[in-house]
Amino acid sequence: MSAYLKIDHVDKSFARGGVDTHVLSNITLTIDKGEFVSIIGHSGCGKSTLLNLVAGLTRVSAGAILLEGREVNEPGPERAVVFQNHSLLPWLSVYENVNLAVSKVFAGKKSRAERHDWVMHNLDLVQMAHAKDKRPAEISGGMKQRVGIARALSMEPKILLLDEPFGALDALTRAHLQDAVMDIHARLGNTMIMITHDVDEAVLLSDRIVMMTNGPAAHIGEVLDVPIPRPRDRIALASDRSYLKCREAVLKFLYERHRFVEAAE
Amino acid sequence: MTATARKAPIETVARPAPSGKVVPLGRAPVSRIDLGRIAANLARNVIPPLVVLAVLLAIWQVSCSGAGAPLPPPSQIWADSSDLIAQPFFNNGPQDIGLAWRVLISLERVSIGFGLAAIIGVAIGALIGQSVWAMRGLDPIFQILRTVPPLAWLPLSLAAFQDSKPSAIFVIFITSIWPVIINTAVGVRNIPEDYRNVARVLRLNQLEFFLRIMLPAAAPYIFTGLRIGVGLSWLAIVAAEMLTGGVGIGFFIWDAWNSSRLSDIIVALVYIGVTGFVLDKLVAFLGRVITRTAA
Repeated sequence: MSAYLKIDHVDKSFARGGVDTHVLSNITLTIDKGEFVSIIGHSGCGKSTLLNLVAGLTRVSAGAILLEGREVNEPGPERAVVFQNHSLLPWLSVYENVNLAVSKVFAGKKSRAERHDWVMHNLDLVQMAHAKDKRPAEISGGMKQRVGIARALSMEPKILLLDEPFGALDALTRAHLQDAVMDIHARLGNTMIMITHDVDEAVLLSDRIVMMTNGPAAHIGEVLDVPIPRPRDRIALASDRSYLKCREAVLKFLYERHRFVEAAE
Repeated sequence: MTATARKAPIETVARPAPSGKVVPLGRAPVSRIDLGRIAANLARNVIPPLVVLAVLLAIWQVSCSGAGAPLPPPSQIWADSSDLIAQPFFNNGPQDIGLAWRVLISLERVSIGFGLAAIIGVAIGALIGQSVWAMRGLDPIFQILRTVPPLAWLPLSLAAFQDSKPSAIFVIFITSIWPVIINTAVGVRNIPEDYRNVARVLRLNQLEFFLRIMLPAAAPYIFTGLRIGVGLSWLAIVAAEMLTGGVGIGFFIWDAWNSSRLSDIIVALVYIGVTGFVLDKLVAFLGRVITRTAA
């Protein structure tokens, strides 16, 4: 099976005020269709930059990113992003936020009624149909993130990019949303890339965990396969041997070999 | 379109103890209108200004009642100009009309000038806010131009338009456009990067971005600019009409001064003040209604 998404020797540096900052160095990664890949690393290592490169929000400095053999060089709905802080438009209702995406992506492809059904279908997927007329300010942080996921899913993306999607949520809400994402992944078989700094989250959700070294010029330190069969249950996993082994491997990578050094410049 | 589905039945509020039936969680129960509280609220807000007004009028009356007082006391104003106060809408020929008519004529000029300033100002502001270089280049120029007093534009516009009516409108326009441009530009620059990223992922085109993201996101800033602008344009119209003539409220003051009708001038001042206050509140109200949801 040829690679679905291919990140091929990608370098990224930012020039600011005459100073070149080398953020990512020689990143090579292939992701298969339907795979769930987490990218983990200490803050400042360039994980979000890598996601933005795949999203097309920033351009690579060298190398290339190919999705189904076509080069990624601009943002587009086939690489939908779930933003860290939900990024719902506060002046639109929950329904309108998703509908903005649906009416743009499916203009001319679906009729008005079909588009309405599709919006509701996606809100149903994240169990937010009941709040469709609420404004983002009227719902909780977890609910906002659910709507953000619904909006991304509604674009029928080839690949779903999640940028620390649960970072701003409390532990219980986070667990609920992790289950929701696992459920969606199981039902729809989306290809997903998730940025995280939570070891448990990475092991629980992923097929593979990509561990990044510290920046500047971060690269992929290690890629860990998570050989835990799906569906996964967080309570059963708590004492599962392979779960604990994976967890230990990631922890060792992050805290022994690539310990975060504050002010590493 | 789905209003019927969510109509919260109001009688459920008064229904006795729940009998296992699921009551739809609709809107919060509409509290019945509390007349006592409204009256108390009204009294809190209305009585103090009325008391202060009465005290001020009394001081004025006392201090201007002497023989050689330069200004008429309130009682004199009422005696001289009660017709102007009581009948704002009389019409006895081309130059003898009620003050409300004059205010309306001035308002017509303001609405044309300010309307143009609002549309063009938002458009230019949006353009400038989008471009760092346009902002850097144009902002200092605008900051200088916006301090030019309204009347300083009048000779130039008279020379350019050769007619007093468009000149007055131009003065309104040029006075009120700066705060609209500057505020819109700042608002557009402050659109969160996240909203721009959403637009980019969705591949919204320029027009869609302007209508769906930029205008609502910058609306609070835009309305602040419009509010400042409408205040400035009301300041400018009175001054401009004093010089250009016509039948507006500004010209009325000038005319009254030339025929030494001081009482009429004071009545006209009150009209101008109240109109300016209403204009300001109107734009503020519009802004609140439109941006209420864009918290």
